[in-house]
Amino acid sequence: MTAAPTISADPGAVTRKPRRVRFAGWHRMPTKAKAGAIILGFFVLVGIFGPLLAPYAPSLQNPALSASLQGPSGAHWLGTTQSGQDVLSQVLTGIRLTLEVGFLVGVISTVLSVIIGVAAAYLGGFWDELISLVCNVFLVIPALPLLVILLGYLSSKGQWPTIIVLSFLGWAWGARVIRAQSLAIRNRDFVSSAREVGERTWRIIVFEIIPNQVSLIAASFVGSVLYAIGASVALSFIGVASLNTWSLGTILYWAQNGNALQVGAWWWFVPPGVVVAIIGTALVMLNSGVDELGNPRLRDAHNASKAAGHWIKPADPTAVVTGFAPPAGGLSRFTRSFSRQSALEGAKGGRN
Amino acid sequence: MPYLLRRLGFYIVAAWVAITFNFFIPRAMPGNAVQGIMAKFPSLTPAASAALTAMLGVGKGGSIWHQYVTYLNNVLHLNFGVDVSSFPASVSSILGAAIPWTLILIGSATVIAFVLGTGLGILSGWRYGGTLDRVLPGLMFLQAIPYFFVALLLVDLLATHGHILPASQGYTPGIFTPGWTWGFISNAVEHSILPALTIVLTSIAGWMLQMRNVMITTIGDDYVIAAQAKGLSSRRVVVTYAARNAILPQLQGFGLALGAVVSGALVMELVFSYPGIGLLLYNSVTSNDYPMMQAVFLVITFTVLLANMIVDTVIVFVDPRARAKEAS
Repeated sequence: MTAAPTISADPGAVTRKPRRVRFAGWHRMPTKAKAGAIILGFFVLVGIFGPLLAPYAPSLQNPALSASLQGPSGAHWLGTTQSGQDVLSQVLTGIRLTLEVGFLVGVISTVLSVIIGVAAAYLGGFWDELISLVCNVFLVIPALPLLVILLGYLSSKGQWPTIIVLSFLGWAWGARVIRAQSLAIRNRDFVSSAREVGERTWRIIVFEIIPNQVSLIAASFVGSVLYAIGASVALSFIGVASLNTWSLGTILYWAQNGNALQVGAWWWFVPPGVVVAIIGTALVMLNSGVDELGNPRLRDAHNASKAAGHWIKPADPTAVVTGFAPPAGGLSRFTRSFSRQSALEGAKGGRN
Repeated sequence: MPYLLRRLGFYIVAAWVAITFNFFIPRAMPGNAVQGIMAKFPSLTPAASAALTAMLGVGKGGSIWHQYVTYLNNVLHLNFGVDVSSFPASVSSILGAAIPWTLILIGSATVIAFVLGTGLGILSGWRYGGTLDRVLPGLMFLQAIPYFFVALLLVDLLATHGHILPASQGYTPGIFTPGWTWGFISNAVEHSILPALTIVLTSIAGWMLQMRNVMITTIGDDYVIAAQAKGLSSRRVVVTYAARNAILPQLQGFGLALGAVVSGALVMELVFSYPGIGLLLYNSVTSNDYPMMQAVFLVITFTVLLANMIVDTVIVFVDPRARAKEAS
């Protein structure tokens, strides 16, 4: 957290542009974040071009007995499934859908987080309490069983039910962090001066508040994508997401259903799982980079060790945001309202 | 208001939200769930149909408000109706048989992972840049792998190919019957090693990385530097000063992260065909057994809320601020 620009008696400061906080250029990114971005970029390319490169149609069955459950070979680099389908083609096709779901959920839930978080910070009072309560309830209810029920009833046609339900359950974490940050920024001097000058509220929100938490929103987005990919793969694996199309989770579902494990067909379930794990690792690394940019102490640790921090989702944001805040800074006060901390601090750790 | 009472109030609200979701989801969804179930399971009697209508209720049974009150009453008495796929057994009795398996497995594995991860996090946070930091990329990888995939790998390596441990189920049926006999318990423990290992391996990284980061932030604080300047032993500075304070956010994060751990572990159960709640959830999904799905959701939610409440109680003991608040 950088210190607020002081305006004090300097009249020129009124027109001063808000500083673009912590939006670092590529060369300033920690090594781990760069590596994460490169790996992720590679898989995005695979997602775009993969289906074109696939040597076979992913669903193409080969009824010949000799084609069933074959290990990796020249004709099938990653072997075949029980019904003679080419695993490599399935993986190449599946990456696109998995990434699509991940990014769409990331975009939708991040937009929801920003709207809800900023609204809570700006409406204040009763509405803020209510929104914070809803956030905390959503955070504490385990998501997966609820997802299973919702998708179970929506006996899914296509990917949209999954995307909508994942977004519906995925905004709370980001909203809570963004609300805290908005509250902190709202009281900064440059926002006060904008208000004094007579800017409209929506203008202040769009041009002052939101640009100053770009890195937080980016981190929230990356976290949402990570959550969406993990959840959608798990949901496909247990068979509640759409099974008509190929995603990494669907391959794992058919592998489980085809007893790949029992017959020792490791080539069937290892490749899709490893791809999920690598994409996930890339996202965690990317996130850890953003976390480090925001937390000087972790950055020092990085300089000392060339090792990155991390960001866990959906662990309690309190801990992570404590990292964002300076030890005695104002932010920590806000992030804790309505968390366990707020109950400790009582009336003192209030809204403003 | 005492801290714990306030938290209790919050959990009651959360539980109420979960129950209300559960009530409205089947009623808001397109199609008639009861008719669908009746068509799928011809063995069901009209009495079962009435019971289903009460739980999933479409149209019948008075006003929506009346249905809601009846529903709340049923849930309060842990009456989740009859199970459609193994009619006429009640959902509660089937759940009751599955809960201990999951509770013991996930409970003990999570505690082990939390204690180990926090301990390693303290070490690597205190000596950042040291040997332990070399494994950080590996930890991030572990953190990103889905639980069930780790389970698949472990089964493949240690059970299918290694023949070291049993690959599936909670015990060997036919040889042992569930009961408090030494043979059964050791057999069940042997079967639970791989699932427990899966949970520990995948969740330890999260606890460790989080603790490490809080530690690094904490040891930069003035009171830690002051303690070092006083010439206290490193051990004392780490344990009594830094870790003592860094563990509070870790505990606060425990409750929320628990939801994710439980979710992951539930999916993992089906890889092992472990006779717990996760397998029950999976089976109810495959057979469209909506009452069971909903009951499983409620039971899991209540358990996670209860675990959170326990963590809150622990916090009262560990955190002097909470103690002060509790006393006032």
